[in-house]
This record gives sequence, structure tokens and C-alpha cells, in this order.
Amino acid sequence: MDVRTPIPTNGGDWQGRFKDGWSEQLAQLKARFAADIVETHVPPEYATDVPIVFVRPQGLVSILKFMRSEPGFEYGFLADLTAVDHHPDEPRFEVVYNLYSLARKWRIRVKVRVNEGESVPSAITVWPGANWAEREVWDMFGIKFAGHPDLRRILMDERWEGHPLRKDYPLRGYQIYPTPEQVKPELLE
Amino acid sequence: MNNKDGRIDFLTTRLDAVVDLARRNALWPLPFGTSCCGIEMMATLASDYDLARFGAEAMRFSPRQADMLLVAGIVVAKMAPVLRNIYDQMGEPKYVISMGACASSGGIFNVYSVTQGIDTILPVDVYIPGCPPNPEAVMHGVLRLQEMIKNGETNFQKRQRALKGGVEIASAERPSGRSTTGRQG
Amino acid sequence: MSEISRENPSQLDRASWPAQYNVHFEKDPDDLWDESRMIVNIGPSHPAMHGALRMVARLNGEIIEKSYCQFGYTHRAKEKLGENRTYHQWVVYSDRLNYCSALINNVAYALSVERLMGVETPARGTWIRMMCSELARIADHLVCIGINAVDLGAFSFFLYGFHQREEAYTLIEKLCGARLTTSYTRIGGLMHDAPDGWEKEVKAWALRTREVIDEMDRLLTGNQIWRKRTEGVAVFNKEQCMDYSYSGPNARAAGVDSDLRRDQPYLFYREVEFDVPVAKNGDVFDRYAIRLEEIRQSLNILVQCAEKIRKGPVWSEDKRVRIPDKEVVFNTMEGLIHHFKYFMTGFQVPAGEAYTCVEGGNGELGMYIVSKGGPMAHRLRIRGPSVWHFQGLTPMCEGVMVADMVAALGSINIIAGELDR
Repeated sequence: MDVRTPIPTNGGDWQGRFKDGWSEQLAQLKARFAADIVETHVPPEYATDVPIVFVRPQGLVSILKFMRSEPGFEYGFLADLTAVDHHPDEPRFEVVYNLYSLARKWRIRVKVRVNEGESVPSAITVWPGANWAEREVWDMFGIKFAGHPDLRRILMDERWEGHPLRKDYPLRGYQIYPTPEQVKPELLE
Repeated sequence: MNNKDGRIDFLTTRLDAVVDLARRNALWPLPFGTSCCGIEMMATLASDYDLARFGAEAMRFSPRQADMLLVAGIVVAKMAPVLRNIYDQMGEPKYVISMGACASSGGIFNVYSVTQGIDTILPVDVYIPGCPPNPEAVMHGVLRLQEMIKNGETNFQKRQRALKGGVEIASAERPSGRSTTGRQG
Repeated sequence: MSEISRENPSQLDRASWPAQYNVHFEKDPDDLWDESRMIVNIGPSHPAMHGALRMVARLNGEIIEKSYCQFGYTHRAKEKLGENRTYHQWVVYSDRLNYCSALINNVAYALSVERLMGVETPARGTWIRMMCSELARIADHLVCIGINAVDLGAFSFFLYGFHQREEAYTLIEKLCGARLTTSYTRIGGLMHDAPDGWEKEVKAWALRTREVIDEMDRLLTGNQIWRKRTEGVAVFNKEQCMDYSYSGPNARAAGVDSDLRRDQPYLFYREVEFDVPVAKNGDVFDRYAIRLEEIRQSLNILVQCAEKIRKGPVWSEDKRVRIPDKEVVFNTMEGLIHHFKYFMTGFQVPAGEAYTCVEGGNGELGMYIVSKGGPMAHRLRIRGPSVWHFQGLTPMCEGVMVADMVAALGSINIIAGELDR
């Protein structure tokens, strides 16, 4: 069973074929984490390509852990971790986890809604590789990750003010610093 | 000056002209390749185009050993002070080639993180247009720099003239903006 | 440490030394290394760092004890530009992601927007896109293994690869007029059809290149110096690959059996035959060998494509995305208005979101687009494999020599454009 990309050139009854598998997984998730799941959406009704699971921040790490290791799920590959700014709507941000199962070739998306100033638990305990992606989200959107060991800026200069990918940051908000970033020996202790 | 056989035995010239002849035919580039243009720079150096034909193949990654800074690719705000440091560390004579639209003007990236042209942080001698420039264009840029050295038009030579004082520049034998180091031979 | 302890045999040895040598060390001999520990800053402008990367390492002698990496020295805000440019305008920015294989990025971007809109491209367009992808993949791998070899001193190998690459560039130039930044795809089609006889030229090139690859293989693979420098160096095993989201050739070198071309076939990959090479050690040599083998597989795919491709249209018939033909634009009022509206305001993409990924030169290249309707994306996220690969460099290089770090970095093929976006 593979989730075929629904690019129509590949023949397109993908939605009908995989809907049952999705609904089963989603039902299992809902039964297990009833308190932490806000809502779920599946493709034909909602304009998306794979199912989306909206979860509450406090349940995020346990759900991700479950989805990584539980037989039948096995979403072992964190394909992407990013955020979306919905300014001026509330809640403002969505943190998005795109997961991929190498065993079953399925994809699923987990989302957390947060507001300005709220923080999301860090997924480093599930995937150590989430480290930089979370730093990037902090750099670009200013969303804090609770439990992250080293939440510094990553793409921008450490002295940068503001978070460039926010909708209220201007496209041409240049900032120039006269000196390069210095070596930080404390990170090598 | 010919001898009795008609062969040229010696000729007279000014030292500056000889020095420039040597300098312009052995430009040692410091490749500052940051992005796409760096790949085309590599293609220029590889066997098909072979920049060595123009004496500019001896890549030196230490600024102290190079005299031509070849800025190939984007210079963002985070990188700009690094580039300036490298330029400052280079010994004179030094020439700067800005390769590609990004380095020359920011190109299609007029955004928060991008320096709008490296000429905002250091003096540039030759701008090579293109996104990225073809290897032919890079070679043309190097040849143009050689020509400029010959004609005394580079920023380095202008600085030298300014250091020597206005007398030389204003002297009647040279048209303004032209060579102080003279033409070859 | 002035007493002889039985737990420490080296101290016992010293007991049998002549008395004049029996000096008392104030420190543990191991601590002597303390004085040779130093912090070395490598990059952002450094010959060993491809592009503008930076690694700061604490060395113990020549061994990297601890390190951290920095990037962002080429950050060009392509994601922000995605929110400020129409879908059509953003095609040019997709080239500058992984500039070693720009055509794959073009294809990935076109597919992702088409997926949101439900646009279908006709067969010939899809075949050409597939040939473009494989051509770009070969060029990408040739650069990677060539530069990796240059870093370890094998310069002539690089020249062999680059000559083939120049020929590939000539083919790409015939397609779209540019060598590196191609901008060849459009949403729903291609810039224009491939010129007559292009497929035959690609096939001839593929057959020629196959021999050159064999020659390159003979030149380097058995080389003792190369093998000693690469085998068992900078190992990144399967579990680590999964932890750090490694994909593409780097993951396959460690035994992760995953290839998006096979696992979720996009374009017409289902209709061609190819193998997915998988190694098991995950060291520098395996990454090199995987790439070499993948070039051969891609050449096979190219030959098959060249045989299967037929004449036909390359543009989708969908009126929303189709750029009107010049004949229509110049001769009819409707065509002119359509053309004007297309380029001045852009076409509308329905609200929705999709994560589309293709097998890029380095691994899973994903585009996550959130649309709220309108001609511009609400959020355009690029999942570049290089970010995740570069993150793995720190654990990969713990305990290896500095010189081997250079080999490791070359072998995971970090492309700055894709890393910083």
C-alpha cells in the first residue's frame, strides 16, 4: 500500500483507494489520545493531500512517539518540520510535522496551533534531527520550543531583530552588522 | 634598439609597465564562491574552458596569497563582514571581480537578507553580468581586468595614484582617467 | 599521580625503568593532550567547505572531539519571496535551490502547484520532465563525486566527470538556452517543446557517458589511497539516518531502502525499469559507490525514456495555467487580454495545502504549499535535504580526524542554495 502522489498523470483514484486505511489509523489515534486530539481532517472533504491531525501542545510528544514506534503506524521519517503564520487570524501559528512511513509508504501531517508567546514542546526526544528545524522555526517565526537545549537563531545573524517569515515582517527589512558572528567556545564544552 | 643584424637586443620601457605586464598575466584568484556562480566558476576552471590559458588558474584560498578576489555568488548580510575581512586581509595589489547578478546588484533577490551588490562594502573593478554568467563571460571578465590593469583603470591603481598625490594624475602627458603606469613598451 | 597503581599498567612499566627515568608526572599522561586541545574555525570561506558553511571544532590533536556547524551564509529568503511572487514568477527562484540539479527543482515546483490545482500534463511533457530530472541527477552526482575526489587529491577524476557534465549542459542548453539556472518548466507545461532530435542526442550521450562512468570507476574505485581515505570513514548508520531524517543516496548508503521514484512513483517512473542500489556501511566510500551506481541507473532510465517518448503536446489544456500561444496573443483581443492578465496578476490557485516531494539529487526534495486562494502562496516551504544532511555532520564527525571531516562533508554533498534557501 503506497500513498501515490495524486498528480493526475499517475492515474488518480488515490483518494478512494487509501481512504479506508486512513480512517482506520485516525480512529485508532482518536481512541488512544482522545483528550489531546483537537480534530482530524481527511482529503476529499478538506483541501489537503494527506490526513491532518490537529493536536494540543501538551499531547504532541507522546503522539509523535506513538506514531513513530507503534506497529501499524511506523512513521519513522520526519520529512519536514515547519510553521505557518496565519496573521491576523487567531490562533496565529501552526507548527506542521510532515511524517512519512518508510515501511508502508504513507504520509500524514500533524499540526499544532499556537498563539503568539505560547510554546510548543520540542520533538528532539523523538527525532534528534528535529533540532535544527525547530531552531529554524524559532528564527523565522519566533515560536518557542519548550525543552529545546539550544534555541538559537540559525539562518539569520544572532543579532537579528524580528522574525522574517512572519507576515508583518517587511520583505525588504534589511539589517546589516559590521562584524561577523564570533566563535562560541561555550558550545564546545 | 636594433643591433647590426637587425635583431632587437633591448628595448626601453618604464618599470611600471613591466610590473603590470607580470601582474596582469598571473592573476591568482581567491574564489569566493557562495552559490550558483561557484559552480560555473568551477566549470571555467575545468578542462573544457580552462582558465589557465589566461594565467588565472592558480586558485589560492588564503587571502594573503591571492590578488584577485572573485566573488561568485550571493553575499548576504551575514556574509558581508566576512567578505570585507577577506578583502582587508588581501595584500596589495588586489583586484575584485564581481561575478553574477547577485554579487553585482542583488539580482532577483531584493529581500531582507541580501546585500544589494557587493560594491556597498568593497570597491569592485569588473562586474560580470549573468545569472550565472557563462564560462565565456567569466573569461571575458578576466580579460577585461587584464586590459584595465594595462590601462591603469583598476581601483588599486587609482588608489596608488591618489597616494602619490595629485601631481601625477594632473600631469599633462596623461589624459585624465587613463594610465599612470603607462602603456606597454 | 606520584604513586604506582596496579590498575594502571603503564605506571607499572615505569617501575622497571632505570631510576633516573623514574620521573613523577604531575598530571595524568592523558591530560597532556590538554595543551594540544584547540578550537578551530573552519569556514564560512574555506576551501574544504563547499559553498558558505561553517564548522567550529574542538580538536584533540587531530581528532575532532566536539563541533558545531553554522549555516545561513547564503540565505536568500526564497520562502518569503514565495509569499510575495505569483506562482509563475517563482519558477526562477526554484532554480537557485539546488543549483547542481536545477531541473529537478523546476519539476518539483511545477508538480507541487499542479497538485494543488489538479492540472494534468500530457504524456510528452511528462516524459521530457522525467528526462530532465535524470539528466540533472547525473550532473549533480558527477559534481558530488568529482568534488569529493578533488578534496582528497584526485584531480583528474574531477576533470573526467566535468567533461561529461559539460556535454550534459550542452543538451540542457538546447532545451532551454541556459546552462545552470534553467527555469524550464511552467505550471502545467514546459517553456517549450524539446528541439527535434533531442531525445536521440540524449540517448547517444547516455551511451557515451556509460563508458566514461566505467572508465571513472576503474580509475578511482580500486585506488588504494582512495579506499584507505574513504572506507570506514565518517560512518553514519541506519538508525542515525532515521533519527536525522537522511534521505536519498546518503541514506541508501547506510542501508535505508528508500527511493521516492520507486516508492511513490511520480511522473512515469512506473513505466521504466531501474534498480535502487543500497549499501550497508554508510561510510564515505559507500556514498561514493551509491552515487556512481545511481548514475548508471539514471543513464538506463534516460535510454528507456528516449525510446518511449513520442511526439505530442507538452502543455496542459487547462485554460487557467496555459500561457497563450504567441499567434493567439498577437492576433486576437481575447488572447492579448489573457496574456496580460496571466503575467500581470497571475492565475488563481484554489485554497488548500499539499506537500509534494520528489527524489532530488540529494534526497527528498519537498515543497509544502499552503494556498488561501489568490495568485500567491500563503506559505511556500522548501524541504531541502541538505539541511538535514548537514545537521548530521556533527555526530558523524565526532572522533574522526580533521582531514576525514573534509571527506565526510564532500560525500554528503551539501549544496548551499538548498541548505539556506
